[in-house]
Amino acid sequence: MEAQERGIRLEEQIEQWRSYVRRRQAIQTVDVEELEDHLREQVSSLLRANLTEDEAFLIAVKRLGDLDSLSREFAREHSDRLWKQLVVSRDESDETRSSATREGVVAFGLAVLAAIAIKLPELFGLTLDGDEGFYARNVSLFVFPLLAGFFVWKRRAGSATQRWLAAGFVAGAVFANIYPFEPAGSTEILTAMHLPIALWLVVGVAYAGGRWGDPEVRMDFVRFSGELFIYYVLIALGGGVFSGLMALLFQAIGIDVEPFFQRWMIPCCALGAVVIASWLVEAKQSVIENMAPVLTKLFTPLFTILLIAYLATMTFTGRMIEFNRELLIAFDLLLAVVLGLLLYSISARDPRAPKNVFDVLSVVLVISALLVDALALWTIASRISEMGFTPNRVAALGENIVLLVNLAWSAVLYVRFLRGQTPFTSLERWQTNYLPVYGIWAAIVVTAFPPLFGYT
Amino acid sequence: MQDSTPINKDLVAASSTPLVLAILAEGDSYGYAILKRVRELSHGRMEWTDGMLYPVLHRLERLGYIEAHWEKSESGRRRKYYRITKRGRTQLAEEREQWQAVDDTLRGIWSALALPFQATGDFLTLTCRPAAALRPCR
Repeated sequence: MEAQERGIRLEEQIEQWRSYVRRRQAIQTVDVEELEDHLREQVSSLLRANLTEDEAFLIAVKRLGDLDSLSREFAREHSDRLWKQLVVSRDESDETRSSATREGVVAFGLAVLAAIAIKLPELFGLTLDGDEGFYARNVSLFVFPLLAGFFVWKRRAGSATQRWLAAGFVAGAVFANIYPFEPAGSTEILTAMHLPIALWLVVGVAYAGGRWGDPEVRMDFVRFSGELFIYYVLIALGGGVFSGLMALLFQAIGIDVEPFFQRWMIPCCALGAVVIASWLVEAKQSVIENMAPVLTKLFTPLFTILLIAYLATMTFTGRMIEFNRELLIAFDLLLAVVLGLLLYSISARDPRAPKNVFDVLSVVLVISALLVDALALWTIASRISEMGFTPNRVAALGENIVLLVNLAWSAVLYVRFLRGQTPFTSLERWQTNYLPVYGIWAAIVVTAFPPLFGYT
Repeated sequence: MQDSTPINKDLVAASSTPLVLAILAEGDSYGYAILKRVRELSHGRMEWTDGMLYPVLHRLERLGYIEAHWEKSESGRRRKYYRITKRGRTQLAEEREQWQAVDDTLRGIWSALALPFQATGDFLTLTCRPAAALRPCR
């Protein structure tokens, strides 16, 4: 009994140590794991020498070295990691610089490949104007495999992982193209919308470099996705300014660059930018690493106020949500935004920090979103017979359920956390464990919906 | 084991690459075991701060001298094992040559220093013990 209790205490100490080390941004999760293995080994060898658990733990930690100099060493070695600019002076060795350069060159090469890939189908007579359906369904397939390739190269993923990735992309390519879609039909549009979601999870597996099972790595991928989105939008804005100026300049000499834009620049740059943005997120993590959480902090209160005002208005004016065929899609969007806000505030939160006002705010946001959604679902349920089960509506309903389940259980976990019943990590785990669900649902829409609804 | 002066930090740092490579040339290993082997070989005189081994390993991995893979250890935890690569072996041979050269050079001067010791016999050994030959005599 007592020995067991002491074992638990040791586990607690190691857990504390682990989350303490994790906050050193130069030491990544993988390395923490490696250091932890060392620590445990050291502890058990000291225990064999008849030390008590506390003593063994103290000595083992001490021998590991003080964390400041340790994370300095790590930052020095892993130039791509956070904090580098802050921690390490500019005396990096040539080798780290050359490895950073190499990464940039590879990323740029892959971006060029993506740009070429999108133009390749034209050789087979598939034009951007004439075969929009083909391009819409396949657009993610032109760039995600290359992006996955970048991560495979960077993380030196094993051959088993590589096979899984290849299988994922091949399956995506098959299901995007074997079905006899009715041009511009709902199922085709659904495939175009859902395939990228499913394949993004495949990119996630590549990002994890064979460690997809690790919740921390999944959380890293969530962070990466958010930052990538922000970078992509920034690049797109810059691209807009660039092409606007270009159009003006050429107009001045009487040349219309519009066709060039349409056929070359926009498709090629839009795809290449995905790879470039990913590389930038990886290489410059430290620069705007906290962008997604900052935006979250900014918009969580605003959305909370909006939803509460909405609910209050409905209560006081007695107005109900009016039935509308596109109702579900609007509320899906709402839930997705709320989930995004929740996810990114979770990703940036130190699990050991005590609860604060922002946590309460998040819970209020989630619960009010659930209430609003419940009202919308209520409206729909009462008139479901009028709606008819078109593919769009079934997809929207499925998404609503997927998001609703996530948010409902998140609310439960969050409330439990606020009452001190569960640690914050359980909420984190719930989110990271839930990630595959989005991919699976998207895959179902891509694979099963077209035949179910007759490719309309 | 009377002579247990810890080895100077710079020397430890300089010798870390060949030492780690040589230990891995004996067979695949992981962090804790590598450190244990270092202690064993140096009779505890090479004092490494345990954690510092890992940045060294990661540097060698990045340079392609060693490669890492995760394996389940006997306790069921994941453990990162390192293996020396072909490039690492070449590097090890090169380092070995360089250290050999350093060693030879030092040996040359040691023996040159030692000669007058023996020649004058008792007189010098009284004032300056051989073990202290490295340090200036006071």
